[in-house]
Amino acid sequence: MDSEMEEENIGNAEGAENSIFKVRDLTKVYKMGEVKVHALRGVNLELYSAELVVLLGPSGSGKSTLLNILGGLDTATSGEVVYQGRNLTQASEQELTEYRRFHIGFVFQFYNLIPSLTALENVAVVTEIAKKPMAPEDALEIVGLGERLDHFPAQLSGGEQQRVAIARAVAKNPEVLLCDEPTGALDFTTGVVVLEALEQVNRKLGTTTVIITHNADIAGMADRVIRLSNGLISGIVRNPSKKSPREMRW
Amino acid sequence: MKVLDRKLFRDLWKIKGQVAAIALVIVSGVATFTMFISTMNSLNLTRGRFYKDYRFAEVFASLKRAPESLKNRIAEIPGVNQVETRVVADVKLNVRNFSEPVTAKIVSVPESVASPLNGIYIRRGRLVDPWKENEAVVGEPFAEAHGFNPGDTLDAVINGKWKKLTIVGIALSPEFVLQVRPGAISPDYKRYAILWMGRRALGTAYDMEGAFNDVTLTLDAGAKLDDILIQLDGLLERYGGLGSYGRKDQISHRYLTEEFRQLETSATIFPIIFIAVSAFLINVVISRTISTQREQIAALKAFGYSNRDIGIHYLKLVMVIVFLGVAGGLTVGAWLGHSLANLYIEFYRFPYLMYKLQPSVAIAATLIVTISAIAGNLLSIRKAAKLPPAEAMRPEPPTKYRKSFVESLGLWHLLSQPAKIIVRNIERRPIKSFLSVTGIALACAIMMAGTFFDDAVDFMVAVQFKLSQKEDMAVTFVEPTSVKALFELKRMKGIQHAEPFRTVPARLRFQHRSYRTSIQGVPPESHLHVLLDTDLKPTSPPPDGVVLTDYLGDLLAVKPGDRLTIEILEGSRPVRQVPVVSLMPQYIGLNAYMDLSALNRLMREGEAISGAYLTTDSLYQQEIYEELIEMPRVVGTVVRKDEIKNFYETQAEFLLFFTFVASLLAGVIAFGVVYNSARIALAERSRELASLRVLGYTRAEISYIFLGELALLTLAAIPLGFLIGKGICIYLAKAIESDLFRLPVVVEPGTYSLAATVVVVSAFLSGLIVRHRLDHLDLVAVLKTKE
Repeated sequence: MDSEMEEENIGNAEGAENSIFKVRDLTKVYKMGEVKVHALRGVNLELYSAELVVLLGPSGSGKSTLLNILGGLDTATSGEVVYQGRNLTQASEQELTEYRRFHIGFVFQFYNLIPSLTALENVAVVTEIAKKPMAPEDALEIVGLGERLDHFPAQLSGGEQQRVAIARAVAKNPEVLLCDEPTGALDFTTGVVVLEALEQVNRKLGTTTVIITHNADIAGMADRVIRLSNGLISGIVRNPSKKSPREMRW
Repeated sequence: MKVLDRKLFRDLWKIKGQVAAIALVIVSGVATFTMFISTMNSLNLTRGRFYKDYRFAEVFASLKRAPESLKNRIAEIPGVNQVETRVVADVKLNVRNFSEPVTAKIVSVPESVASPLNGIYIRRGRLVDPWKENEAVVGEPFAEAHGFNPGDTLDAVINGKWKKLTIVGIALSPEFVLQVRPGAISPDYKRYAILWMGRRALGTAYDMEGAFNDVTLTLDAGAKLDDILIQLDGLLERYGGLGSYGRKDQISHRYLTEEFRQLETSATIFPIIFIAVSAFLINVVISRTISTQREQIAALKAFGYSNRDIGIHYLKLVMVIVFLGVAGGLTVGAWLGHSLANLYIEFYRFPYLMYKLQPSVAIAATLIVTISAIAGNLLSIRKAAKLPPAEAMRPEPPTKYRKSFVESLGLWHLLSQPAKIIVRNIERRPIKSFLSVTGIALACAIMMAGTFFDDAVDFMVAVQFKLSQKEDMAVTFVEPTSVKALFELKRMKGIQHAEPFRTVPARLRFQHRSYRTSIQGVPPESHLHVLLDTDLKPTSPPPDGVVLTDYLGDLLAVKPGDRLTIEILEGSRPVRQVPVVSLMPQYIGLNAYMDLSALNRLMREGEAISGAYLTTDSLYQQEIYEELIEMPRVVGTVVRKDEIKNFYETQAEFLLFFTFVASLLAGVIAFGVVYNSARIALAERSRELASLRVLGYTRAEISYIFLGELALLTLAAIPLGFLIGKGICIYLAKAIESDLFRLPVVVEPGTYSLAATVVVVSAFLSGLIVRHRLDHLDLVAVLKTKE
């Protein structure tokens, strides 16, 4: 760990006024055939408005599970997740759908674009159902793909596809952006471009951004780094100064 | 949902071959349904209109002779609306340039007014002039068959005297929409005619001035038919009444009604098969699409699309295919229906055809297809809609393979590696493999059902005309005569053998059931008109008692040993109790047979005969005809050979139409099922097949692995198809059986092999198309894509 970083106590509430997520004693157990997997074993956490957080941990540590529950994609076994006063763990299917529709943007490791729609249409498929979206063209402009609006995913490189995915996620003006290993499938140079886009979105739009990665070097760009190990938070560290993606090496 | 709709159409365009194949199956189903139903509706509509416009009667009765004054008493029967009395007779005709015997039915028309009932539609020319003795109006089919025009003449033997008739008009009538000689199985326009002549002229010729021998009635609304029939019979009995009957038993009407029943049956069974197959195919395609789009579904849900949105999206996919099929099917069906209806008009002579595709048919077809398509896919779509987004983002678990059934048989070591791949793949998804096999089997079954009529009819004709009715000619006398007439016939040059017969109209009764038919008396050692037992072996009529057609036995619910009440409708009209000795199989008509002497004893008359069956030397054929036509006591001659030839000629066009259509439809199903299975299998397994190519397998070898599976499924489908096909034939035969005729369930080897061939060829063609894609697998691209 870098000496410039300060160790922070688990569970310390800081700036509680702009806390966006409150997670209490969150557990998740799911069955894989005969086996029970304890993905989360009692996570306590708070996330604050406009911050960029990196969720770090080895594979199997529960990072994706935590992200999915925060995003309303999955349900908890026990515990509580409150988003701006709404209890997500007790929400119905319809309420979760609405939550995802208006408040959350997702970026996945393998982009998950719709292959039969162009870049512009992939963004429009989300803005069409949003309350106050930006124009799809503007979202694509933010990620630097203003010239590739009519290309299909098959005609875009991996990095470009991921940037379309980011545009898709931010086009609805969500309060929260959740990214699951956004650079996992990309080479170093492209990865930097993608991270730059995320960093820009977080800075310019004030979107609370959570990035999952197993790559510790990426942690340098975060406001806070939350470490997960074996279903529990093993440490939360605040970065006194954030690195820009260009300064990172992995 | 605009952007999602674009995705929809692009997804469909990507699999346009499969969409087209499935749509074609739906088209076939909807077209068959539409064709049969619209034809039936149109003929029904046409018939209704024709009957109404030309005042078709509701009750009919023939008798020997009654005074015209009886008409008033008939009119007084409660419920009777209108009465028309007529003179009707059977005559012989001599047609120039046509040497074969021709018979006709002449019906009188009133002189100065249009007939109150059973009006005639004059196509060309005019009605008869009341003051001319020898004018006649001729039925259109007969006129067409011989090229008659108004102004031509025709020789007829009317009540034993030759008359030269002048044809003044060519007409059709609701009474004779189907013109079939009594006892014949199909119309014979060349040798049987309907003629209309003036009442006075005909009355004079038959000594019926001020008298009638035929009466028709219409009824008041709500009148009770049975009561009226009983009362009418009561009035006519002393005048030799032969028993009255309602419109539903009038022969022309009856045949057409039976035809409607057949159309309705066909309209049910064939479309059901197509629609079931199409629902299955859509299911296969949609399931596949959904499973390959799991991650897209997850992404959409992650971005806030609800379960309902996803469900509707895939439902729309189903509906586009359904819509294409229904639209195409209605169009093709309407066209086919029109063609079929026009074919029917050749048979059933209406003056016009009111073809109409009723909206209810289109709506019914659309609803049926839509409901079955949705029902068949509801589960897959629901699964997709309810897919938890987190789970949808996880890749589908790898396909489970396990030890196959064949392995457990201990034969595994006998198979080559490629063969092992084929077998494991079939066993991997047993239900899907079974459904594909069933789909192809249904194609085979449809082909069989479409062509089995041919075989059944051949068998029917062979039994009836080769085993049972072996005479060259049947000669009927004007009225029952003494057996001496037989010797007169035997003495004619060229007559090899003659056997007498007696036909007596009778009503058969058992408990509360009755049926009106004729009793045929045949001599004990009959060679020409042979009774057959249940094994189709010749048997003699019993010395006492009656033998019934098995279907008649069922209708009357009698068994051998029961005593039947026979009311003779001729002569002294005795009523007797006669034991039923046995039931015999017969495909045409419902008949009762007795020993000739026994029948004469029943009638309490001497040895009387109604006619004779003859075998002739073909060298003297012409002379025999000429002599017969001159014999006053002979009212009609029927030549067996002609009857058979005529039957086939009239059926031929129909059979060709149905065989062609059946082949097409069977081909569409077989092609649809195989092509779909192949395309999907190719998509699922291109990675695996590309890997084999990289490992050094040739194109031929991977074709063998891939298409070998489809070939195996097709071959397995054929015996199943034979089984299902036979089942459908049995169902069809049962569904259309009636007292007019019954179809034997006979399927010739040729039908089986034709069905198998059509299926194999269709499967082969779709295999070829897919093989083309297989040969052009882009190995690098396939291996690069994420599994």
